[in-house]
Amino acid sequence: MMKPQQPVGIIGYGTYIPRYRIAAREIARIWTDGQSGTPVEAKSVPGPDEDTITMSIEAARNALARASIPASALGAVWIGSESHPYSVKPSGTVVADALGAGPWVSAADWEFACKAGSEALTAAMALVGSGMQRYALAIGADTAQGRPGDALEYTASAGAAALIVGPAEEALATVDATISYVTDTPDFYRRADRPYPVHGNRFTGEPAYFHQIQSAAGELLRQLGRTAADFTYAVFHQPNAKFPQAVAKRLGFTDRQVAPGLLSPQIGNTYSGAALIGLCAILDIAQPGDTIFMTTYGSGAGSDAYALTVTEAVLERRERAPLTATYLKRAVMIDYAIYAKWRGKLVMG
Amino acid sequence: MKIARHWRDRVPRYRLEGQRHRHTGEVRFPPQPPALDEDPNDWEPYQLSGRGEIYSFSVLRQTPEGFASFGVYPVALVRLEEGPLVTAQLTDCDESELTIGMPVEMVTRRLMDTGEDGVLVYGYKFRPRLS
Repeated sequence: MMKPQQPVGIIGYGTYIPRYRIAAREIARIWTDGQSGTPVEAKSVPGPDEDTITMSIEAARNALARASIPASALGAVWIGSESHPYSVKPSGTVVADALGAGPWVSAADWEFACKAGSEALTAAMALVGSGMQRYALAIGADTAQGRPGDALEYTASAGAAALIVGPAEEALATVDATISYVTDTPDFYRRADRPYPVHGNRFTGEPAYFHQIQSAAGELLRQLGRTAADFTYAVFHQPNAKFPQAVAKRLGFTDRQVAPGLLSPQIGNTYSGAALIGLCAILDIAQPGDTIFMTTYGSGAGSDAYALTVTEAVLERRERAPLTATYLKRAVMIDYAIYAKWRGKLVMG
Repeated sequence: MKIARHWRDRVPRYRLEGQRHRHTGEVRFPPQPPALDEDPNDWEPYQLSGRGEIYSFSVLRQTPEGFASFGVYPVALVRLEEGPLVTAQLTDCDESELTIGMPVEMVTRRLMDTGEDGVLVYGYKFRPRLS
């Protein structure tokens, strides 16, 4: 288990979810004549002027508003994503300049499939906990791609979450401990220059999502000497509606603990944003003293687990920026034709 | 050439940073170099709130090069809270809901894709204010 030398916490958080949605049954209409089951109700779709950079900027502005610190106080702007707009040219520099955080700031893009954002969070805890910087911004954001007709297309969605890590005494939620569990597991990958990822079929599920999450979460609980029942809320990476509910149950968490952070049925799998947006949705409703257990997952594969405790500061700060529910509410449904056009799936002759 | 032009505009475009006059408090956008008869230190960088109202708007149906992917889209003159009038694209809205005086807020979005080997250009747009 990892704990920084000086205690740290989240002093500001912010989400962003695009307003567009496509219903899973609309995707099923195209590929299976509407006859297949669907893993979620709908997924969020980025508008034609949105990408990982723009979503990161809005989530980060919300986090800065809640933290009430100037952007220039940030010591790091770190963005975890598997859909950075450029292969070479950091998203972090654009986001840092858009926030006004530069030029005296560390900026970098992180990559670890769906847990790139939590990699940035763990690193931010270390940067602040070691005393190298007072504040660090960690973002998980993705505009995920699924091959037309592939099972992934039903869930691969878009969203962002931004967390500002700072000293525990300023936190709206302290991050008490974390742990990382990583094994080489070929469950899902995308080779360089390929447009869509593929599943390593037999590795999906048990050896990947379930093994990594159960290992990380189980070990953190054991080392903390706590059980699922000791936490008010729990949130897990959510590639669909079923997996996070199943893994929660195996670990001993109830539907009641998981429900507030379970957004995949409404917006799909926001990849690097998924668990972190769920955490933000919990912070939107949590009370001082509540405890939160979060476990992320990234294919390839690995999990980061975190134990958090909510403080008094959450009550006043949550009102300073739009709640996750505000972004969920403004859903505008689009059909497959518009989706195909916006997501670059049309071949222009 | 184009890359340099976009790069030069990045600060006002990315975060709507204007200028404020140190003595009169006047706020202006976009930032300008000092006039010949001005003290170069009279205008300081000033971060605008991004909040304003639609002063007037129109809808572009024949879009210029580089904007075709957006299809039909609205542009507006936005009166910012701090005073300046800014021309910008509107986003995340339907033409039918737009009215003069509608409260809007700034968001940073992708303005233009200059091609496979070109840069992505980001900048301010406005959307109906989130409730």
